[in-house]
Amino acid sequence: AATIVIMLARYAPRAFRAAATVRRSLSALAEEEAFAPLRPAVTMFSEEEVAVRDMVSSWCKAELQPHVREMDREGEMKPEILQSLFANGLMGMEIPEEYGGSGMNFTSACIAVEEVAAVDPSFAILVDIQNTLTNNAIRFWGSQELQDKWLPRLATDTASSFCLSEAGSGTDAFAMKTTAIPSADGSYYTMNGSKLWISNSKEAGVFLIFANAAPEKGYKGITAFVVDANTPGITVGPKERKMGLKASSTCPLTFEDVKIDASCVLGEVGMGYKYAIEILNEGRIGIAAQQLGIAKGAFNATMPYLRERKQFGQAIGDFQGMQHQVAQLATEIHAVETMTYNAARMKENGLPFVKEASMCKLYSSQVAERVASKCIEWYGGVGFTEDIIAEKFYRDCKVGSIYEGTSNIQLQTIAKIIANEWE
Amino acid sequence: NDLVVYFLQFLKMARVLVAVKRVVDYAAKIRINSAASAVELNNVKMSMNPFDEIATEAAIRLKEAGVASEVVAVSIGPKQAQETLRTALAMGADRAIHVETDMRTDQELQPLAVSQILHAVAQEVEPSLIITGKQSIDSDCAQTGPMLAGLLNWPQATFAAGIEMSDDAVQVERETDGGTETISVNLPAVVTADLRLNEPRYVKLPNIVKAKKKPLETRSAADMGLDLAPRLEVVSVAEPPAREAGVIVDDVDQLVDKLKNEAGVL
Repeated sequence: AATIVIMLARYAPRAFRAAATVRRSLSALAEEEAFAPLRPAVTMFSEEEVAVRDMVSSWCKAELQPHVREMDREGEMKPEILQSLFANGLMGMEIPEEYGGSGMNFTSACIAVEEVAAVDPSFAILVDIQNTLTNNAIRFWGSQELQDKWLPRLATDTASSFCLSEAGSGTDAFAMKTTAIPSADGSYYTMNGSKLWISNSKEAGVFLIFANAAPEKGYKGITAFVVDANTPGITVGPKERKMGLKASSTCPLTFEDVKIDASCVLGEVGMGYKYAIEILNEGRIGIAAQQLGIAKGAFNATMPYLRERKQFGQAIGDFQGMQHQVAQLATEIHAVETMTYNAARMKENGLPFVKEASMCKLYSSQVAERVASKCIEWYGGVGFTEDIIAEKFYRDCKVGSIYEGTSNIQLQTIAKIIANEWE
Repeated sequence: NDLVVYFLQFLKMARVLVAVKRVVDYAAKIRINSAASAVELNNVKMSMNPFDEIATEAAIRLKEAGVASEVVAVSIGPKQAQETLRTALAMGADRAIHVETDMRTDQELQPLAVSQILHAVAQEVEPSLIITGKQSIDSDCAQTGPMLAGLLNWPQATFAAGIEMSDDAVQVERETDGGTETISVNLPAVVTADLRLNEPRYVKLPNIVKAKKKPLETRSAADMGLDLAPRLEVVSVAEPPAREAGVIVDDVDQLVDKLKNEAGVL
């Protein structure tokens, strides 16, 4: 029904204009009311998107949920689960069908990220980076050769990492030191340097690496390369011991005279800085979906306990203090949900969305932290133990205010856009 | 010559009709409506009946094994039953038939009417095998399969935990209260799926998009010239009594005493 309404919303204006010439006698308001179609709510999804949500949540419950604690303890992703992610189409959601992808839209990818995050945020970040960063960057700017080579693999069996940050450049990404100097004839580049904090680098078969091909030009030399993980000279260092997202490997990468063919350049040389900014703008909506999933996952795992746990002869969920806290956080989760999916729709509709994407990344990470923290409190003493999942969501959500643009950077981005609006 | 042989073999392959029902999701919390006349369906999550998912999976596996040539899915229900059919298509069914009705499929449209509709659809589709879930999780009647077999005058194998097809017969391992029995049933036949028959596949995401391109035709139940009126009237619907706390007994004597004098089961 929602798809039909969206289609009507698109074509109604034409019908309206045609009819207006016939009904000249009606007032403008009456005409508009007579022909205005019912517009859908932000949280009304298409049949396809609902099917995605159903499928992903069933898959998570059966295939992912039973192993979450173990993978967190071991700090490892189980290969069979990773394979299942690929087999079920979650790693190539927007990749066209002819490349073996799922042929879906951006909102569907966000829904998948959200549902996975509600069960294991470590897997959600893998799905998010693959779909919203790597796959989309290659689809937008990759040559036909690059697309033909990598899209089928990304859809079916190859995980990817997004390699931007370095020891000396996080927020100040353009201060990167890794270089990729072109050969004399321009047929290949030689990469030297290192990257830090690279998510899923142990599992990745391909790296999207940003390096400077012309350091004398400053950031305008930054170039994006799509590099096979097996390329000689690339070393994936040991995993960081993180507070959360433990199953997701986060490692340094070292590049020692790595020879990269010129065909691996994504788009144009020297445009890497622009691609990084643009793709991260969209990626923020994906992160918001992850944080939303964390918030909902923690909340949904805790609500039953409020009915079960009795003190002073009644369910603790019946105390007004608890009820008010629940209502406040449910309101914030709902706000994050509508913001996130609205930003996704704005992007799909070709509207400018940078401000809204920043806003939902900023706010969702704040809400996820508040919700996860409160869920531990609602569980009482046992919430502080590994017997209850709340503490894992609390540890997992913290990086949400840090990666893919810190909260301070989001505030800066939003402020700058608003300042421009008021110039 | 090879082509003729292949064609004849293809004709011999079974066409399978799968009947699927849109029901309240098995995990959804249900409530009785304010009139105490039915389950409240507003804003409740609906899904394919789990036993029908198993039936669909069985049909798809027969197709993948080269035993079935085509899998046709049929569902009777409101407009949203098309979502259920698209799930069947996404799982691998080739085409779908939606018989539209506004009658409540958990109460008003009862097994006899359902089997009559399916009977009419079967005569049009001409399957060699009809598979459906053993029962739906809303009305739990377990009557549609057997009634349909009766109307078609076909053999039936209910509560199937295993299916093996040969040229013109199907071996079905059936779950019964006393254990399992294996029967051989001539085609065409009606089989109803039980829990242990298989574990349905997840719908792979690319198939959700592919399913939209498969044929789905709609027709109205009211236009089929059948008597669909209910024969049973639901007088009232109530929740089961609330579960009471258990009691810990000190010894076996106390247990026997309680079972005899309080619970009245001895």
